[in-house]
Amino acid sequence: MKILVCITHVPDTTSKIAFTEGNTKFDQTGVQYIIGPYDDYALARAVELKEQTGGSITVLNVGEAETEPTLRKALAIGADDAIRINAFPKDSYFVANQIAQAAKEGNYDLILMGRESIDFNSGVVHSMVGELLSMPSLSPVMTLDIEGSTAKMTREIEGGKEYLEADLPLVLGCQEPIAEWKIPNMRGIMTARTKPLNVVEPTDDTAKTQLSTYEMPPAKGAVKMIDADNVSELVDLLKNEAKVL
Amino acid sequence: MSILVFIEISEGEIKKSSLEAVSYAAGIGGEVTAIAFGEASQEALAAAGKAGANKVLHVADEKYKQGNIQAYASALAAAVDTTGAETIVLAKSSLGDPVSARLAIKIGASLASNVTELPDTSNGFTVKRSIYTGKAFANVDLTEGKRIIGIKKNAAIIKEDGADAAVEAFAVNAEDADFKVKVTSQEKATGEILLPEADLVVSGGRGLKGPENWGMIEDLAKTLGAATGCSKPVSDMDWRPHHEHVGQTGIKVAPSLYIAVGISGAIQHLAGVNSSKYIVVINKDPEAPFFKAADYGIVGDAFEVVPKLTEAIKALNN
Repeated sequence: MKILVCITHVPDTTSKIAFTEGNTKFDQTGVQYIIGPYDDYALARAVELKEQTGGSITVLNVGEAETEPTLRKALAIGADDAIRINAFPKDSYFVANQIAQAAKEGNYDLILMGRESIDFNSGVVHSMVGELLSMPSLSPVMTLDIEGSTAKMTREIEGGKEYLEADLPLVLGCQEPIAEWKIPNMRGIMTARTKPLNVVEPTDDTAKTQLSTYEMPPAKGAVKMIDADNVSELVDLLKNEAKVL
Repeated sequence: MSILVFIEISEGEIKKSSLEAVSYAAGIGGEVTAIAFGEASQEALAAAGKAGANKVLHVADEKYKQGNIQAYASALAAAVDTTGAETIVLAKSSLGDPVSARLAIKIGASLASNVTELPDTSNGFTVKRSIYTGKAFANVDLTEGKRIIGIKKNAAIIKEDGADAAVEAFAVNAEDADFKVKVTSQEKATGEILLPEADLVVSGGRGLKGPENWGMIEDLAKTLGAATGCSKPVSDMDWRPHHEHVGQTGIKVAPSLYIAVGISGAIQHLAGVNSSKYIVVINKDPEAPFFKAADYGIVGDAFEVVPKLTEAIKALNN
C-alpha cells in the first residue's frame, strides 16, 4: 500500500502568538516549530498500517526550506521519503492544489493528514484534495482499519460518531485516537538523514483568498476571586454582571 | 445579493448553529435561501424564516438522509446554480467543513471558515476569522466572484423576528460516484445538550478523582441547562467519552459561560475554551494556570463547592 501523509509545519502549541510589520507578518521570534499535532496522528497511523501490510510512506509538506527539519522528523518517525513543495502556503486552496498535483504523480492508495492545521484551523484541505482528485474524503476520522481494498472508519460527529466504509483510494483528515503518537528513536533519527527529501517547485501560483492583516483579541481583565464559602456571590455575578444566567 | 445557506437537521429540527448561519446570512443583506436535507417537517423547516431565510429548499430524497459529504456538496453546487447565489454560508461543523471544501472546488469559490463577524464589503469582501486556535484573528479578502463562509459557533445571534418561510422541494440528480462512502451506522447521545452547540458548558478534570464522581458535574449541568465536557486526561483514561473532550485536539467550544472544575488549565485545554464569553474556574490549587484565563475563580474543594453552586442556582431558578 502506498500512503501519502501531508504534514504542516506549525508553531508549538505553547507558542506566544504575536505579529510584526503592522500586523501583517507572524512574529517567529523564539517560536519552536513542530509537526501539526493532528498530522502527527495521521503519520503514526500510517506507520502502524505499514507495519501491518507493508508498502511505503511518503511525507509531504508545502513550505519553504525552513520546514525541512520538520520533514526530517517525520522521516525519523517512519516515513520512507519526503517531498517538499517549495512554496509559502498561501491559502487552503493553494496548498490543496499542490498536494493534489503531487498525489497524481504518486498514485497513492491512501492520502492522510490531520483534520486541520493548528495555525489556520480551516479543516478543509483534505476535502479540497479529495474533490480535486475525484476521490472520497472524510474527516475527522478517529479510527481507520484496512481490510483488503476497503477502509473501515469512524468519524466524529457532534455528540457522537458514525461508522463508515469505502474502497480505496481515499483522502482522510485524522484526529485522535486513531493511533498512538510516535516519538523518533535514535535509529530513526540516524536513518532519516539518509532518506530522500525531494524538493519540487509548485505547479502554479493560484490562491483564492488574500490575507490582509492579523489582529489580537482584546486583553482579558483580571480574574475576580470569590470565597469558597460565598458561592451565592458567584451566582449573583453571573446573573447580574455577566448576564449569562 | 443572493445568499444560499446550508442548514443541518438533527432529530427533525434545524440545528442551532445552522440557525446562526441563517441569521448571519440575513445580516449580510440580500435574498436568503436555505437548503436542508433529510427528514424534517415543513413546519420545522419553515422556522428558518424566523431566523431570516426568505425561502427553504428541501432535498427529501432518501439517499440524502445521512451525511454523505460528496453528495451534499454536489447538491449544493446544483442549488448555487439554480439560485444564482454568490455567497454561501454554513456553520463550521463536522459536516459543514468537509462539504464547504468540496463545494469550493466545484464552484471555484473563495472559502473562509471559522468566521467570527459579518463581512466588510466597503472595499471588496473581507471577513475576520479566528486563527491559532482562538489566540488571534486574520482579516481575509475573498477574491473570487463566489465565496463560501463557514461561521464559528456562537458568532451570530439568532434572529427571531422573521416570518415562516415557504418550503419548496428541491430535486437533485444523484450521481453514483457521490455515494462511494457508506455510512453503516451512527451512535449519538440522545436527549443531551450537544457540547459544540451549547451556550453553557460545565467541564470536569482530573481533580474529580474518578468517573464515579461525575454525578455532581451532571447535576450542575442539568440545573444550568448546560452540556458537560472534560479535559484530555479524563477522556484518555476513559472516564468520559471522547466527544466530551474539550481542548486543542478535542472539541473547541465558544459558550457564553464555561465552568471548569478540577482542571488546572494546560495550554492545550485553554485553546479549546478561549472563545468562551465568561470562564469560571473552581480548583483547590490557587496556582492553577487556569485562573489567569478566568473571569471568576473559586479556590476550594470541588466536592464542597460544586454541590453548593448547584443549590444556589436551583434557588435562583425557583
